[in-house]
Amino acid sequence: MNAILSVANKEFHDGLRNRWVLSICIILSVLAIGLAYFGAAAAGKVGFTSLSSTIVSLASLAVFIIPLIALMLAYDGVVGEDENGTLLLLMTYPLSRWQLLLGKMVGQGAVMAFSTLVGFGSSAVMMGLFSDTDWQSLLSAYGVFILSAILLGWVFIAIAYVISASVSEKSKAAGIALICWFVFVLVFDLGLLGLLVGTQGNVDETLFPYLLLLNPTDIFRLVNISWFADQNLTGLMAIAQQTQFTTLSLFGSLLAWLLLPVSAAMVIFNRRGL
Amino acid sequence: MKIVELQQVEKVYQGVPALQPLDLELHQGEVLGLFGHNGAGKTTTIKLILGLIGATTGKVSVFGEDPTRSDARHLRRKLGFLQENVSFYDQLTGLEVLQYFARLKGVAKQTCPELLAQVGLGDASKRRVKTYSKGMRQRLGLAQALLGEPELLLLDEPTVGLDPIATQDFYHRIEQLKQQGCTVILCSHVLPGVEKYIDRALILGQGQLLAQGSLAELRQQANLPATFHLQGDALTLPEPLAARLQHSANGRQLAVPLAEKMAILQQLSGLAGLEDLDIQLPSLEDIYTYYIRTQCGPEAGQ
Repeated sequence: MNAILSVANKEFHDGLRNRWVLSICIILSVLAIGLAYFGAAAAGKVGFTSLSSTIVSLASLAVFIIPLIALMLAYDGVVGEDENGTLLLLMTYPLSRWQLLLGKMVGQGAVMAFSTLVGFGSSAVMMGLFSDTDWQSLLSAYGVFILSAILLGWVFIAIAYVISASVSEKSKAAGIALICWFVFVLVFDLGLLGLLVGTQGNVDETLFPYLLLLNPTDIFRLVNISWFADQNLTGLMAIAQQTQFTTLSLFGSLLAWLLLPVSAAMVIFNRRGL
Repeated sequence: MKIVELQQVEKVYQGVPALQPLDLELHQGEVLGLFGHNGAGKTTTIKLILGLIGATTGKVSVFGEDPTRSDARHLRRKLGFLQENVSFYDQLTGLEVLQYFARLKGVAKQTCPELLAQVGLGDASKRRVKTYSKGMRQRLGLAQALLGEPELLLLDEPTVGLDPIATQDFYHRIEQLKQQGCTVILCSHVLPGVEKYIDRALILGQGQLLAQGSLAELRQQANLPATFHLQGDALTLPEPLAARLQHSANGRQLAVPLAEKMAILQQLSGLAGLEDLDIQLPSLEDIYTYYIRTQCGPEAGQ
């Protein structure tokens, strides 16, 4: 346990030192505050609009940016240490492989969680202070949003570690991470839409929403949309609305999506040669 | 007490033999020099001893246990290792890096500043590693290897990038550790000046053991001549020595088998016209080159 904490502590420290924490905080808070204030600009006015539309539009932006940040943060977690020579060195210390890997994930997970909390939390505070939304609904809505965003970040950190533990070069890890982001964030949804259009909507209606659970970014969107079910939805999310997943079951699926790559990364890292 | 024991240890990587059956015994307080060209099997041997890889056949035991077993992990506290080309974490300071490794090894953090001062990084301890030169990184690596007063120290190319003074300091430190009962394996292509500090040398070439023993034993086995450098314009040597005399840019040289060294020395010292005489014994480098050349072909070891 102590070893895991030592590694995690060092990773978090590293994140502060190389300005990762600061830059993620700034990006997320600018995004969140900007959206909260200028979200209705298209409708010809500025100022805070309704809580639900703010969160839903925040979620649809966060779904792009959070996986990207998480992958960039963690893609060199294993392969970078290997190239530095520190992986070999660490393996001569009284520390097992899973402890090292878990420690690194916990540390970078903390970087992600802290930055998400500060970045999006700042927008919640702004909204609470300057709009007429009451604090209670604000906190619960932002609570669900921030928690799911953190989980989404963790899922992609774990995916980044699967990539990092499988390859032998940093540049390869970066390339695969980019493809991975592209697939989960863009291609998957297009594929599902293509499936719908191609079959002229002739797919099993009860089965189809469950296909969305195969993609953690879609689960993240569902979490936030299901919380504000009164929104007018377009695209894939409208389909899922018919099948009401509970928020809890969606969080459960995100957790499953976290455990899966974490265990895969462990197995792959254990087999990695030195 | 046997610290390291290798019995017929062999390592094959994907069908390619990296190390052919090797026997090695290392007792407490011994300093072993492990020499060989690139790819000779030095690093493989080190990794086997560290338990980072398992032997294909044969038995490795370190402190009496198999180092690859997970329950032997606690033994690593007694171990210090420095590998070639480690660059550490650029964003952290030297002190922070050392403290990180100290925590992982279960060594008190308070020893870190002192250790850094010992390796000559006292002034740079608060600077980030990215500003360090190659030599400074090497010193940081040494400090890391010395954490927690290890009982077995494995050093791969430890003096690369160190200036002569730092190299001297390093060897003195090895001497001190040896006196405290620490066992040391120094691994290298040939290190000039290392002869005085090693008890035994082991020369590897293309995964095979070429020679093993103390320096005196190796000298005898290799049967390399001592070289006499002679000075004196009016010097004429009696037969049969005159025939063996070689002229080179830096004077006249005489290659003498070690067994005849004293007899010839007495003969020479009586000669008129001899102004100066230097005797050069075959160095570790000569012995190393001899073994590599004779057993791996003339191109090896370059």
